[in-house]
Amino acid sequence: VTSLLVESPGLLTTVQDLGRHGYGPLGVSPSGAADAVALRLGNLLVGNDPGAAALEMTLMGGSFLFPDGATIALTGADFAPTVNGKPLEMWMTHQIEARTRLCMATTRNYARCYLAVHGGIRIPRFLGSASTHLLSGLGGFRGRALCKGDVLQIGRSAKRIPQRRVSQTVLFALRPGKKLRVTDGPQSANFSEDTKRMFFHSPFRVSEQSDRLGVRLEGPKLATNGPADMITEGVTLGAVQITPSGQPIILGVDQQTTGGYPKLANVISADFHRLGQLRPRNEIRFERTPLAAARSLWIEQERLLDSPKLLFA
Amino acid sequence: MRFCAASDQSLLIYLGEEIGLPAHERVLKLLRSIEKKPPVWLRNVQPAYCSLLISFDGCRVDHAEVEATLRKYEGRAKSARTSKRKTLEIPVCYGDEFGPDLEEVAKIHRLTTHRVIELHCSRTYHAYFLGFAPGFAYLGDLPEGIGTPRLETPRRKVPAGSVAIAGTQTGIYPFSTPGGWRLLGRTPLPIFRANRKPMQRISIGDQVRFRPISRKQYVTWSGR
Repeated sequence: VTSLLVESPGLLTTVQDLGRHGYGPLGVSPSGAADAVALRLGNLLVGNDPGAAALEMTLMGGSFLFPDGATIALTGADFAPTVNGKPLEMWMTHQIEARTRLCMATTRNYARCYLAVHGGIRIPRFLGSASTHLLSGLGGFRGRALCKGDVLQIGRSAKRIPQRRVSQTVLFALRPGKKLRVTDGPQSANFSEDTKRMFFHSPFRVSEQSDRLGVRLEGPKLATNGPADMITEGVTLGAVQITPSGQPIILGVDQQTTGGYPKLANVISADFHRLGQLRPRNEIRFERTPLAAARSLWIEQERLLDSPKLLFA
Repeated sequence: MRFCAASDQSLLIYLGEEIGLPAHERVLKLLRSIEKKPPVWLRNVQPAYCSLLISFDGCRVDHAEVEATLRKYEGRAKSARTSKRKTLEIPVCYGDEFGPDLEEVAKIHRLTTHRVIELHCSRTYHAYFLGFAPGFAYLGDLPEGIGTPRLETPRRKVPAGSVAIAGTQTGIYPFSTPGGWRLLGRTPLPIFRANRKPMQRISIGDQVRFRPISRKQYVTWSGR
């Protein structure tokens, strides 16, 4: 075991993996990387299991020191990474020499950047996952975002990991975008055709209030037909809830597990990673997708991520 | 029983249309029968008042298949007996800085704060389900006369252990989180502990009573 020293944490940096699933009866939400695709690809580049624990940085990256060196990869949003002042290519395996500093600046494109290290971040698991749930302070590194001076244990490189890149075709197919595809939500019938037309034909602006719990949107006021007070029920990642003020909130990975707002739509699974890359002031649109098509897109995406042509030397 | 797709990899089963024990019993029985023999494609179950949200692996099954399987589980669940319910008592120090909304709730209902506390402690509540945050149990139903709508503007931070009411429900905040329920008091008992088994103090189906304690007792308890 070797270590990673946090010299500056950036805006909000947490330990995340693919989350903890199956603890709904305890009220525990899955958490995990907001862009699970970037996390998986980062781990594959450094020779880990796709679900190993890595660092998730938000909008602005930090600076990290590797006292004994490491094998790393940066995926997701481009935070202009440098090593000893030299630019570092994204989506590629890198060998970091001992006592070298990795520095990141603010984002050039999307919301979240992942730092994967060979051997993964070694921390105790909570309910089978290393993911941080900030609301409850459970999981991750002491249940919180990283601070200056934190020292994280990482796996030691036994062998040299081959240097590889992610295929451009794959990156293009999975690139983030400002169009989110959605299926109908369970209370879709509570909204008039006029409201739905407005929802599908208007741009929405991502609010500054957005975080891992949810993406808050600003746009035309959407009125509910049905009772304003519905019986609280289970809610899922990507659910588009319409609040009493008529503004949508899309539930994120740290979501509350139940909710009482009507849901007009739900982001399709194949666009979850795009949801995780939205940043404040982005302007987004929704596109209606049939359930069967959404499922096919998900299966296709999973196949792509399992494909042997994913990485190349 | 009514099914509704919630997303491309989840499905809601409604087992009733109003909050109450009949729907709760059916939810609990179906949950137990699923937990006893979870299907391989199952990712998560989120119970609530009248429904279960079933999340599944979309690469293995589709909605129709999940629905067909769940109908079988529901058929078996009907005859199942639910295990004996645990009854627990929660000590609460009411009012002052522990219950900043107690006076307001009393005023709304034209009661004394003493009467509000008495009414809150007069019932044995059912834990309908855990939701919102880890270990947060939705307890119901409040006696007539103290049901109060949630705050218009939620607090940014509610202290852990806060005992609160909203609508016809009461609950305890396990962690310091944002929250819109009205705070009546605080319990010195930890509600969710990651290093204990079980982690949650209150489980779905449990019976819960509240008991008023003095500030002095609260302090002694917290020190333990």
